[in-house]
Amino acid sequence: MSVLKPRDAKETAEAVAWAAAEGASLEVVAGGTKRALGRPMKTDHVLDVSQLEGIVAYEPAELVLTARPGEKLASIAAELDKNRQVLSFEPPDWRALLGARGEATLGGLIACNLAGSRRVRAGSARDYVLGFSAVNGFGDIWKAGGKVVKNVTGYDMGKLQAGAYGTLSALTELTLKVMPKPETACTLVLHGLADEVAIQTLAKALNSPFEVSGAAHLPPSAARRSKAGAVAAGSGAATALRLEGPLPSVAYRADALEKLVGRGARLNETETQVFWSEVGAVQPLLEQGLRVVWRLCPTPSMSPSVAHSIRGALPSAEFYFDWGGGLIWLSLDAEQAGADAGARIVRRAPKSGHATLIAAPEALRATVPVFEPLSAAVAELTARVKKGFDPRGILNPGRMYQGL
Amino acid sequence: MIAMPEPDRGVLERRAEIVEGLRRLVPGEGVIDRERELRAFECDGLTAYRQPPMVAVLPETTAQVQEVMRYCAANRIKVVPRGAGTSLSGGALPLADGVLLGMGKFNRILEIDPANRCVVTQPGVTNLGITHAVQGLGLYYAPDPSSQIACTIGGNVAENSGGVHCLKYGLTTNNVIGVEMVTIEGEIVRLGGKHFDSEGLDLLGAVVGSEGMLGVVTEVTVRILPKPPGARALLIGFATVEGAGDCVAGVIGAGIIPGGMEIMDRPAVAAAEAFVHAGYPLDCEALMIVELDGCEAEVDHLIAAVEAIADRHGATSRRASQSEEERLLFWAGRKAAFPAVGRISPDYYCMDGTIPRREIGRVLQQMKQMEARFGLRCANVFHAGDGNLHPLVLYDANKPGELDKAEAFGAEILRLCVEVGGVLTGEHGVGVEKRDLMDTMFNEADLNQQQRLKCAFDADGLLNPGKVFPQLCRCAELGRMHVHSGRLAFPDLPRF
Repeated sequence: MSVLKPRDAKETAEAVAWAAAEGASLEVVAGGTKRALGRPMKTDHVLDVSQLEGIVAYEPAELVLTARPGEKLASIAAELDKNRQVLSFEPPDWRALLGARGEATLGGLIACNLAGSRRVRAGSARDYVLGFSAVNGFGDIWKAGGKVVKNVTGYDMGKLQAGAYGTLSALTELTLKVMPKPETACTLVLHGLADEVAIQTLAKALNSPFEVSGAAHLPPSAARRSKAGAVAAGSGAATALRLEGPLPSVAYRADALEKLVGRGARLNETETQVFWSEVGAVQPLLEQGLRVVWRLCPTPSMSPSVAHSIRGALPSAEFYFDWGGGLIWLSLDAEQAGADAGARIVRRAPKSGHATLIAAPEALRATVPVFEPLSAAVAELTARVKKGFDPRGILNPGRMYQGL
Repeated sequence: MIAMPEPDRGVLERRAEIVEGLRRLVPGEGVIDRERELRAFECDGLTAYRQPPMVAVLPETTAQVQEVMRYCAANRIKVVPRGAGTSLSGGALPLADGVLLGMGKFNRILEIDPANRCVVTQPGVTNLGITHAVQGLGLYYAPDPSSQIACTIGGNVAENSGGVHCLKYGLTTNNVIGVEMVTIEGEIVRLGGKHFDSEGLDLLGAVVGSEGMLGVVTEVTVRILPKPPGARALLIGFATVEGAGDCVAGVIGAGIIPGGMEIMDRPAVAAAEAFVHAGYPLDCEALMIVELDGCEAEVDHLIAAVEAIADRHGATSRRASQSEEERLLFWAGRKAAFPAVGRISPDYYCMDGTIPRREIGRVLQQMKQMEARFGLRCANVFHAGDGNLHPLVLYDANKPGELDKAEAFGAEILRLCVEVGGVLTGEHGVGVEKRDLMDTMFNEADLNQQQRLKCAFDADGLLNPGKVFPQLCRCAELGRMHVHSGRLAFPDLPRF
């Protein structure tokens, strides 16, 4: 096995073309912080694109940033911050969750389509991909989209590329829409709500005109582990609503929201930062011995009943809710979850949506379908799409589905 | 004029048999074959192109769509889906040998679900119809193309439609969370739903904006948002278009994303003012409308901030709306800009390129030169926040050669947009109109990869052919790998 380290798009294409000719499979990797995400692979070689780095262009007034996939997220964030801008979808830091070290890169973030709590208002990584270039399994460099914020020329390939876990093409350059950083932020925390009431409260807040940009509910055990004082201090469940924007607006909306949902504690800007970083990083469920962690996206209003039915069958279940109930983070005792990591129970609980096995030992991720099994019609389309990008199946084979 | 694919004689000869076959699937008046009635479908919003379909089918149920698609696939008959027919790029232009599949009877909203902040609807419901259904709850559907009173959500999905509020609220793709669609093979596929994120590959993201070429959408789930409690607009005049462009950059540089930010040039302002009497200043070269929405505290705060920025950028006049009536009046002129231009010219051709905003001065300068060269006038309205230009080329279709000249003018504008780093279409779609310009933006490898996606959904190229791609390649050829082991260039790539 060798590690191929191309320095530019052309060398990336040469490496893939060579692998295609040899019929050799490639693991596409840059920072490597998400290697434990998805199904484990045994590839012939590693395509390390970490040297495809650098910010190619950044025009704050155009809200457009172009960078290479190996560029570290931290350096992109720092550059954006100089102009008081951000990646609006709030990239979460899953390193602790996945037991990874090192620096996350832009390519991995987009390939896995990750987003933090602001997703409920701002959308996900896929919503900010304006254009990209990449190398497909034919070894061709190709591009799609553009470098302006509004574009419908041709199919929206960026959506497909985001969340494909590197199975369709290896990215060589990305153009993203960036947004202004909110001037300030605060969080309203309500204590002691039962899960059902809490999710209804979050929905009420999200349907209010007060522009809630984070809506999470932590049952008591998860709330206790928060480092944000006012969240842990309540000694019970914590239901959190974030407001961001210009100072006078946030102050007004916080009062108005409190009138709507009831009085609570307030986190200031720094505490707000600490708390929502924790929520994005799944910190409230970490460091509890041998556990497996699932990420469920059910119909938001159904999330309490989904979580409770899982806990009914697997009493070790701990969980919390983000995205107004649209996201459940679920941790199970590994032993109790058993040989299928709890998949049978976890996947039966929601009537719609999907569940992904995020953190689990490699052996489990090799046998339990990590991604929600697809309907026959969608599976067929997925296989055909994969074939259209990578007919020999050399790019991250099996990362999402066995045999693909 | 752009040529459509040569009709299949074999299919045309079987027309009577095909009509009969379709009547067995969709009974009664759901199959239209009389020439006079087919004329109703001969064009969409791109009226320069007209072609009655071989037959029109208006199904009422997903099962009927499924059967029609199966029948067409089995008999190698092309299918062109159509919503309200408001496409400005010819996306719903029929084919002489094709079935026109009109989705107008899918006109019911199926479920309003405020707890999950979504609406499940049939595709023939109008864009504005969705907002009307939920406005009593203080909610609305955000994307607002100018045709929103007539255009359908199914068409919006096909075209990934935009509107004046997209910079802040996104295009259709950012607000559609699920679809049910029928493939050309007659498979019913559900992508997305009320939940967040895709369970696997984001096929939904690929389907939105695919211009009716990947499947026929039979149900749509859209995100609905709380209506902002208030909004105020500013009218700001500038002595130059560049000045207005700089002001836009200043607003965004200050971290403000307005709900809407539009620029009109002098000819567009004059036409709109004469038509609507919105009180626009006529002594400026560029007029900017900026709308700030949100709670009162925020709106007032931001209005003051934008006023200060406008003054710094040499605004020649500015006025803030003092009432909801006045705000709507400010917009009335902009929203009527197209018909207003229609009053000063027998015909106009509406373009839709996007440019990096910093290039606005250069682009408008060169468009002035083109006006002289082509001997045609041009008025400009401009979604300034996101750099989306709508030049309106004025012409008279009754004058021989003027349509060709207008098309050539339009094509040159779009080439210029691409040349300065922009794109061919910001929100209207490629359709027929910009099909043959695709190679100004994309090379063969780019277009081949897009077509391979098409092949995954529709290997025989039966769904809406003749749109988007300058030439349709055969899927078998596209899927072939041209590699020769041992002969590949693979020089000094670092290996460890």
